[in-house]
Amino acid sequence: MITDTLDAPKLDVVPDTPILRTTQLTKTYGAITGCRNVSFDIFSGEVVGIVGESGSGKSTLLNCISGQLAPTSGNVEFNTKKYGLTDMFNLSEADRRRLQREELGFVHQNPRDGLRMRVSAGANVAEPLMNLGRRHYGDMRQDTIDWLTQVELDIRRIDDNPRNFSGGMQQRIQIARNLVHGPRLVFMDEPTGGLDVSVQARLLDMLRYLVRRSNLAVIVVTHDLAVARLLADRLIVMKNGDVVETGLTDQVLDDPQHAYTQLLVSAVLQI
Amino acid sequence: MSNQVMIEVENLEKHFTLHNAGDAHIPVFTNLSLHVNAGECVVLSGVSGVGKSTLMRSIYGNYLPTGGSVRVRHKGEMVDITTAPPFQLLDIRRHTLGYVSQFLRVIPRISTMDLVMQPLLENGVDAEDAGERASEILELLQLPRAHWDLPPATFSGGEQQRVNIARSFAIDFDVLLLDEPTASLDAANRERVIKLIERALARGTAMIGIFHDEDVRNVVATRFFEVSKFAAHEPA
Repeated sequence: MITDTLDAPKLDVVPDTPILRTTQLTKTYGAITGCRNVSFDIFSGEVVGIVGESGSGKSTLLNCISGQLAPTSGNVEFNTKKYGLTDMFNLSEADRRRLQREELGFVHQNPRDGLRMRVSAGANVAEPLMNLGRRHYGDMRQDTIDWLTQVELDIRRIDDNPRNFSGGMQQRIQIARNLVHGPRLVFMDEPTGGLDVSVQARLLDMLRYLVRRSNLAVIVVTHDLAVARLLADRLIVMKNGDVVETGLTDQVLDDPQHAYTQLLVSAVLQI
Repeated sequence: MSNQVMIEVENLEKHFTLHNAGDAHIPVFTNLSLHVNAGECVVLSGVSGVGKSTLMRSIYGNYLPTGGSVRVRHKGEMVDITTAPPFQLLDIRRHTLGYVSQFLRVIPRISTMDLVMQPLLENGVDAEDAGERASEILELLQLPRAHWDLPPATFSGGEQQRVNIARSFAIDFDVLLLDEPTASLDAANRERVIKLIERALARGTAMIGIFHDEDVRNVVATRFFEVSKFAAHEPA
């Protein structure tokens, strides 16, 4: 997989402005709490894993910080190219959509939620480029071919519809679609969740490589601690809507401090 | 470079609290201080369970000490591992602080060659040099060339161990933590690893190691450190 040089390591200097800052974020659904008082910063080049069992508030948090769901209270600030660090929900609808289109990516667990199933694989990857205002079809086709190659898809199938690809291939098309426009922050919701374990490993390696090379920030939600260990630099552990522990991935997994994290780690089956 | 202090462990204390076992409190060590200079290989001694690996992991930052500090010289400055923010700790691990464990834990289905090249690429070495460097070290560790394009999952214990060693010694780390790197190796391969350690020592690398093999221990150690002297006891 590793074919060319990674860019010079980017975590050398202490980044001063986070790409995303969440402050005291709370989301309630009537009497039910989605997530409560969540605060963290994420910097470029970092992969942050959000782990916890189902119902712990992972997806609520992900939807709020990706600008899709307005929080009940608290702030989500994104370091936009245009305005610097700005509260996502104070932006105009047009600016927020532009931000989501140009600077963010969102990889869904189910590729069918993130792909247009009625247009070709190539068109799925080229569409974000058109959204950026690109109009030169030859160039866009070349970029699309480059990205489909990066995710190890057979480019002879560029004009096939996503429905004719396997689940693992669909997921790779979705990943290409979410990286092609050069986003600065990509959200991933259980990106390898529905995949065969044999495909998972290859996909994880590819993701890791692409992230390292392009210096983007990634927030990945997963309930799979093995995926978290291989992909994330640091972890946020959630339970019942609260963040119970944060830290460097191997510190959280090797020496968990909170009772819930200890339970989570000790419950993993060894093969 | 020589005689410069590279690792400063001060008044380190570690205990574990197991919340799901009735909040069991397991004390490991307390008031532990250890300084290691460039070109030194300090071998930890003490019976099994005394906290040798716990000390190593506290220095690497995957265990969170209960008290005290662990400072490592990174890019000329002493940085406290216990308080460094995650991105700085990752930077320290990428460039300064290497760890050879007994177990190879990597993404499955990745070829041995790619696995050994990976830390080099992450250090900014270009692909061609990384490939050369990786070949050189795999050659030195006598891992059969036919294995290089295979993922190590099906390798023997000793072969996996050598892939692990190759990954860590491909980079000239200033500080190396060796947790039984020779555990599952035969005599000839043990010799090769000793050569690598001696070469790193000559270069001025500061090392802390755990070796159960007495022959290896006596050859590589520049001094011994008895961890049991700092054993913590359950408060009465």
